[in-house]
Amino acid sequence: MASSGFQADVKALQKQLAAKHLVSFQRYGRCITVFDLNVADGLHFSFRIYQHQHNKQMSCPAMAQLLSNTLYYRRFFPYYSFNVLGSLDNEGKGCVFTYDAVGSYERVGYGTQGTGSTLIMAFLDNELKSPSPLLLPAQDAVTPLLESEAVDLVKTIFASATERDIYTGDKLEIVILNADGIGHEYMDLRID
Amino acid sequence: MLSKKGVNPPSFRKTGTTIVGLIYQEGVILGADTRATAELIVCNKNCEKIHYIAPNIYCCGAGTAADTEAVTDMVSSQLQLHRYHTGQESRVATALTLLKSHLFNYQGNVQAALVLGGVDVTGPHLHMIYPHGSMDTLPFATMGSGSLAAMAVFESKYHEGLTKEGINLVCEAICAGIFNDLGSGSSVDVCVITKGHKEYLRNYQVRNPHADISSKGFIFPKKTEVLLTKVMPLREKVEVIEDGDAMEE
Repeated sequence: MASSGFQADVKALQKQLAAKHLVSFQRYGRCITVFDLNVADGLHFSFRIYQHQHNKQMSCPAMAQLLSNTLYYRRFFPYYSFNVLGSLDNEGKGCVFTYDAVGSYERVGYGTQGTGSTLIMAFLDNELKSPSPLLLPAQDAVTPLLESEAVDLVKTIFASATERDIYTGDKLEIVILNADGIGHEYMDLRID
Repeated sequence: MLSKKGVNPPSFRKTGTTIVGLIYQEGVILGADTRATAELIVCNKNCEKIHYIAPNIYCCGAGTAADTEAVTDMVSSQLQLHRYHTGQESRVATALTLLKSHLFNYQGNVQAALVLGGVDVTGPHLHMIYPHGSMDTLPFATMGSGSLAAMAVFESKYHEGLTKEGINLVCEAICAGIFNDLGSGSSVDVCVITKGHKEYLRNYQVRNPHADISSKGFIFPKKTEVLLTKVMPLREKVEVIEDGDAMEE
C-alpha cells in the first residue's frame, strides 16, 4: 500500500492496518503509481489474525475491503491519506486498487495519487490502453507490459513529474511484487 | 464575490523565488534562481529574474511575474528618458524612488518584491523594496520564498571586503534556496556590476539536470483514435426546392 497526504494520518493509518498484521510499505515522495503486472503465483504475506480467524490467507479483495472499511470508519474525521493498494490475487495476477481519503475504492489497471497524479495520469492514459475492469464483457485490466518495461516507465514518469511538480522529487522507491517476492529498487531524482 | 459561489479567479504565475544581492569590494553582485511556478506546478524551468534597469543598474524580482516584469520595464523606460534629458549616467537612488513610489501608490496590489543593485557615481548601492513600497538599504539582501535559506548562508559567511569569492557566496545562497525551498529551483543566474562594467552570467550554475531516463522514448499516436463513424446525409432532412428565386448578386 502506498499513501500520500498528511504524513501523520498516513502513519496512523498504517499502524491501524499493521495492528491487523498486514504487511504495508510506505512509498516516499508525494507521487505514487502502482502497476498491475501479469505474473504467476501468489505472494506470501503473513496475515496472522486473518489466518487464525478464517483459517485461510487474506485474499486481495478482502485486503482491499479492509482498507476501505478502515478509511470509512473515520468518515467524519478522515485520515488525510490517499492510497494505492497493490497485491497479487489468488490466480497470481497483479491487482491494483485506488482509494480516496474516505474509502471509496476501485480496481484499476494502473493508478496514481498525490500532487503529481494529474501530470502522470494523463500520460499513462495515453500510453497504456488498459480497459476498465467494470466493462462487460469482463476484460482483463492487466496492462500489457513486461516487468522491465514497467519499471522503466515508472522511472520515466517520476523523472518527468519531478520536472514540473514542486513536491515531487529527491528519491524514488519502486516496490515490485511478483512470484519471487517483494523487490525494492531506488532511483535518484532532482533534488531542487 | 464569485469565489463564494465556487468560481475561483485564475491563478497568477508567481516566481516563488530565491533572489539575493550583496555588495563586495568592487561593486554589487546579484543572484537569482530560474524557476517560475503557478501554484504547485512549475511553469517555466528557466526564466529570467534579473531584470535590466539601466546599463549600471539591475533588479531581481520576486512575487507575481507580471508585476515584476511590468514595473521594472516601466522604470527602465523612465530612466532611459531621464538619461536623454540629463545626459548623465542613471543613479540607483532614482530607480529606487521611482520603484517604491509606484508600489506605494498601488498600496501593495502590485505584488513585486525587488532587490535593486547597481554602481553609480556615488558608489555601489543595494536596496530591498517591498510590495507595499517600503525599502531597506543593506550590504547583503535576500527576498522571495527561499529568502530564509539564502539569508542563513549569508549571515554565516558574509564578511566585509569580499572579492570575487563573493560570486561563490551568492551561488551558495541561491543553491540553499534551490535545494531547500520548493518554490525555487533549476539553475543560478548571476549579475556582477562594477564601476563602468557589468557581467550578466545567465545560467552560471546548472546543478539540476533532468534525471537519467531510458533513451527508448515513447511513441504518441499522431491521430486521435476513431471509435465510431456515422455519416448522415442531410439531403434526407432538407427539402431542396429547385425552382426558387436566384440569389441576388
